[in-house]
Amino acid sequence: MKRYFHNLGEKLIEGLITISGTVTSITVLLIVFFLFKEGLGIFSQSPVAEGSVIAVHQNNPVKELKAAEVKEIFDQNITNWKEVGGPNAPIKLFSIDDITDYYTEEQIGANFEHLPQRLNELVAQEPNMLAFFPEEYLAKDFKGHRIELANVSLGDFLLGRQWYPTIQPAVQLGVLSLILGTLWVSLGAILIALPLGLASAIYLAEIANPKVRNILKPVIELLAGIPSVVYGFFGLVVIVPLIQDVFGLPVGETALAGSIVLGIMALPTIISVSEDAMRTTPRAMKEASLALGANKWQTIYKVIIPYSISGISTAAILGIGRAIGETMAVLMVTGNASVIPHTFLEPVRTIPATIAAELGEAPQGGIHYQALFALGCILFLMTLAINLTVDFVSAKKKENR
Amino acid sequence: MNSVETKDVHLYYGDFHALKGITMAMKKNQVTAFIGPSGCGKSTYLRCFNRMNDLIDGVKIEGDILIDGVDIYKTNIQVDDLRKHVGMVFQKPNPFPKSIFENVAYGLRVNGTKDKAFIEERVERSLKQAALWDEVKDKLKKSAFELSGGQQQRLCIARALAIEPSVLLMDEPTSALDPLSTAKTEELIHQLKENYTIVIVTHNMQQAGRVSDYTAFFYLGELVEYAKTKTLFTNPKDQRTQNYITGRFG
Repeated sequence: MKRYFHNLGEKLIEGLITISGTVTSITVLLIVFFLFKEGLGIFSQSPVAEGSVIAVHQNNPVKELKAAEVKEIFDQNITNWKEVGGPNAPIKLFSIDDITDYYTEEQIGANFEHLPQRLNELVAQEPNMLAFFPEEYLAKDFKGHRIELANVSLGDFLLGRQWYPTIQPAVQLGVLSLILGTLWVSLGAILIALPLGLASAIYLAEIANPKVRNILKPVIELLAGIPSVVYGFFGLVVIVPLIQDVFGLPVGETALAGSIVLGIMALPTIISVSEDAMRTTPRAMKEASLALGANKWQTIYKVIIPYSISGISTAAILGIGRAIGETMAVLMVTGNASVIPHTFLEPVRTIPATIAAELGEAPQGGIHYQALFALGCILFLMTLAINLTVDFVSAKKKENR
Repeated sequence: MNSVETKDVHLYYGDFHALKGITMAMKKNQVTAFIGPSGCGKSTYLRCFNRMNDLIDGVKIEGDILIDGVDIYKTNIQVDDLRKHVGMVFQKPNPFPKSIFENVAYGLRVNGTKDKAFIEERVERSLKQAALWDEVKDKLKKSAFELSGGQQQRLCIARALAIEPSVLLMDEPTSALDPLSTAKTEELIHQLKENYTIVIVTHNMQQAGRVSDYTAFFYLGELVEYAKTKTLFTNPKDQRTQNYITGRFG
């Protein structure tokens, strides 16, 4: 009887473990599915600002424009129809605020009740006009031609340099500057964290006396547990003003500030993982080196580092992974300007910071919302690539043994 | 002539008195074997000669150890220089994660030798001395881990020989090897004694009998008996030696 219950208990636990494992796996897959479902929606939406109409005269041969072209036209960088495939005629811009130049208030009506009709007339009269107005004023028998904006293509999305997700009349969803901002800050972080982390790891693994090590290692690992907003606050209060003073900049919120904060945040991972790797170097191997007359430093860089190189690479990659995905601290110190960075002393905007800052304002299901999810997909693919690299490197490590 | 000489050497691991006043001398170009049960201090004593015990925390050594007449625990001794003079082969083969060539060249490189031709010549000579050259000459660039255990151990011997030490310490060099590799290594020891003073720690009394000229029996941190190998095995003076070599304990 007792035995029976014992077996039953085992079966029960086994069942619970199986169920929780399955549920977790399914949840993870569902989250990834949700991310991509929302994110890929961007490629089937027109980038016209929500509830707006862009229209031309019905005889105008231009039927379709790209979002970037619309922005150029409204910025008056493109002023002639022939530049976008139309006749050689200057583009006459019209937006709803200009209506009073054409009609009196009486003609429009006190409650804009005649506005749709007036807009209809206006577009019909002016062959070279590009008009932009809210959809609610679109007349039922509109005689002009509604311009279709080409859907955002993958190339435009990834390589576009303009990120203006709320601009009128056509939103600009190029994420190149955000991708480069993320990589830029992460690169800076790793350049700072790797030498420092490696030096600390060597110190802890080979030089520090065991008592010091036993105190230092837990303290360094404790750094990993500090909330990132605290690092961000520290960066904002200490590092940002410091950079501003040292380099004489108008603002200290730069890629460098982000890199330093992220570097500090990546240090515990890098130190801890590479120190563990170095400590797996067999004692016999160190002794062999010393017995051949090598001194401590020669032993470290000729035997211990080569032996633990895959562990050190894993540490570096995990550090980069942490840096790429970090949101809060970066949001607080990098200035968040979506421009392509050329130096470390310019503000940059990273993907996670963009998502965190903008998702609250983006209407659900809109193109901006979907663009943010698409950014999330890009970030997911980046970290996935990093994790696969870690797997590859550590698999190689086992092979070498 | 004595190559290694020690006077009243005491060694403590913290509170544990591991070596109790050992005085003995090892002759040049002879093979001296240390035998004794596990934990008797023979390896510890051997590791005093190239100051390998320095790496262990809490070790205290008293007494004099002279190698070629120089007290190696004097403060003005550079320990890396000492270790170039006293080579060591360990219990388990421990090649570096490098190519066969680089393993042998390691000692020269850490000594600052840059001359390529010299290094190549020395690597070849060391591998020939270690009776490994014919087996590896076509794959010097291959990883040392691709060799068999016996080959790896001979590689470690070649590596130690490359810096031309005058004394070669061997800490149970065949304990991880199969009988064939063991026989090869023992034959090698015979050849090497022409040029080197060899001190070998072994668990295997037959091995001590086969390879050594002199044998020292250690028991509980003391040197019990030290004599010509033949004499020690055929006519031991001490009862404890007698018991050990006849297999009553150990």
